[in-house]
Amino acid sequence: MSIQWKAALAAVALSVTLAQAQGNLEVNTPAISAVKSSMAQRHAQLAPLYASGAVGLKADGSLAVHDANAVPLAQRGKLNALVAAENGDRSTLYREIAAANGHPEWADDIRRTFAQRWIDKAPAGWWVESPGGWVRK
Amino acid sequence: MKRVSTRAALVALSLAISGCVTINIYFPAAAAEKAADRIIDEVWQLKPDAATKEGERSR
Repeated sequence: MSIQWKAALAAVALSVTLAQAQGNLEVNTPAISAVKSSMAQRHAQLAPLYASGAVGLKADGSLAVHDANAVPLAQRGKLNALVAAENGDRSTLYREIAAANGHPEWADDIRRTFAQRWIDKAPAGWWVESPGGWVRK
Repeated sequence: MKRVSTRAALVALSLAISGCVTINIYFPAAAAEKAADRIIDEVWQLKPDAATKEGERSR
């Protein structure tokens, strides 16, 4: 086998390896783990708010207060703070995934991908934003 | 003969390199969706043992 063919085969093997490495996004960085656990902890407080309709999933990958009347007046400040904190974490998550994969410019694509999957995976009864407005799943 | 294989090697090399570049430019939508599903399962605790290591093994 000539040296050229060996070089060609090595190049093809390298590109296949790189292609396979691209089959998964890097999501195991300390920053991503931290934001995930923060979101998982907050979810215990958010879950009843999704179920009551107080909070809904927006089409842009964030949360919004959908029906503030679903929570007592005294708790509305906390409701807004939870939504704001979750939206901060979500933005961090999308940005960190893009950065972990060497493409900060992918953050918006990642946000759009998550937006669709949050809505698809939301259980029945939750409010989600569709092109025509809020709908209850 | 030797000239032909040199040319073939160059063609293969340029294909391989352009392949790498193509892969890196475009957003990997399928991989992103898979990553999103895993992370959403963890955050919403949709699967009882959706710890990171479980996800790694089941891929």
